[in-house]
Amino acid sequence: MDVAVFYIFGAIAVLASLFVVAQGNPMHSVMLLITSFGALAGLYVLLDAPFTAVTQIIIYAGAIMVLFLFVVMLLNIPREDPVQRTASALLGPTGMRMGVLLSVVLGVEVVWAMSRMAGAGFSEGPSAPSVSSVAGIGGELFTRHAFAFEATSVLILVAMVGAVVLARKEQP
Amino acid sequence: MMRYLPSATILAQLGLIFVIFNMLVLSAAFMVWLERKVCAYIQDRHGPNRVGYEGSLQPFADVIKLLFKEQLRPKAADAFLFALAPLVSTTAAFAAFSVVPFGTQTTLFGLLDEPIPLQITDVNVAVLVVFAITSMGIYGIVLAGWASNSKYSLLGGLRSSAQMISYELSYGLALAAVIMMAGSLSLREIVLHQSGTWFGVIPRWYIIPQFFGFLIFLTAGVAETNRAPFDFPEAEQELVAGYHTEYSSMSFAMFFLAEYVNMVTVSAVATSLYLGGWLGPFLPDWLGWVWFLVKVFLILFFYVWMRWTLPRYRYDQLMEFGWKFLLPAAVVNLFVTAAMVLWIG
Repeated sequence: MDVAVFYIFGAIAVLASLFVVAQGNPMHSVMLLITSFGALAGLYVLLDAPFTAVTQIIIYAGAIMVLFLFVVMLLNIPREDPVQRTASALLGPTGMRMGVLLSVVLGVEVVWAMSRMAGAGFSEGPSAPSVSSVAGIGGELFTRHAFAFEATSVLILVAMVGAVVLARKEQP
Repeated sequence: MMRYLPSATILAQLGLIFVIFNMLVLSAAFMVWLERKVCAYIQDRHGPNRVGYEGSLQPFADVIKLLFKEQLRPKAADAFLFALAPLVSTTAAFAAFSVVPFGTQTTLFGLLDEPIPLQITDVNVAVLVVFAITSMGIYGIVLAGWASNSKYSLLGGLRSSAQMISYELSYGLALAAVIMMAGSLSLREIVLHQSGTWFGVIPRWYIIPQFFGFLIFLTAGVAETNRAPFDFPEAEQELVAGYHTEYSSMSFAMFFLAEYVNMVTVSAVATSLYLGGWLGPFLPDWLGWVWFLVKVFLILFFYVWMRWTLPRYRYDQLMEFGWKFLLPAAVVNLFVTAAMVLWIG
């Protein structure tokens, strides 16, 4: 039962993510990305981490994607220009050549990592309560990972100030 | 996660889901009738009084009328998203109710071996689930606005998303204060935490220690459900009908249904969080759902009353109120609550 549900959610997540980049309508891309996030949330529930699942929905699917939609709607981008899909075009300008190179490197890395992982298996048990209970997550965040947590918040603050400075019109 | 339950319990659960779904649809019909009646009396008219007793069958007549209308779609609309939008709205509206508890456990007069709780599912992060599903509901409106390919719809959709993002923050912070007091994210546990009385008379409902939180929650809830005085997404004078300008027939009816079911859900959540859910004096335990219905009805009546009493704000006033008053108030409420919880324990 769990395995079947895992494959359903996994398939939805992978297919939706593929179509995010494979089709040209930006609005549909945003919706597919939301679908993909939703499927990921389903996977988190299967992993007994309902809190992570719900935060995934609230923050990514709920808050961040609404902002994406906003931008797409305000700019009203009709469609992306159709990409040339021949091999010579892919290897054409320098930028694209780099893209092909990077994706090949990524593919090799993934295959290598997967082959190393095959026998290892995942450790079970002790970490389970800390991902499922909210109190556990809070305790971990503010004790063991306090520095990383605070550093991240400062980074986000810096990004916010930067965005405000960039967006502000010059006052005479 | 998966628990394999005996079949009688499963049947009872399915029956419960069926009953709740239909009760929600009926409550939406009832709300439409109540709204038209109350509005009429506030404006010194009679309101619908031809179909059924005092017009009580009017909503059903309306639905049948809408069913037989032609389904129209603008030529330049995005066909798929145009069809998807009302589905998203309605699904989100119904799904949020699934974690709301409305009574204690029941064995259906001894028919079941194990008692089942009067609630579709008791998730241990229920409050957040409601919050997440509410935020998903925005997409229905935004998509409707964009997919219609009409200026009025687009403006309505944009306004609605901006409004919902702005008020979601205050809504979430008001929730957080209650979560801190109860020390749990499950709506059932939050309700149970409110049992008992102070000095033997005053019920220990969170509306008393969290009165400001309750006001913030209700205000943000009204804004989240796009109801007057915050009904900008469909401000008639400016935007015709806002995001559902181009919708007709049943797809329009689905938006209408979603709006009323959302109202019921927000009221039910407010009842669980602040008014002690199904808890109340005089009635035996198994009749707790009567108290639940009474409380939800009072909040719903307040909603309707407010809609026909207050004029609509201006859009900039709405944003100013949301960001410069409601959000700081919610933050202060959260800090004071945190201090009190630490101090009193």
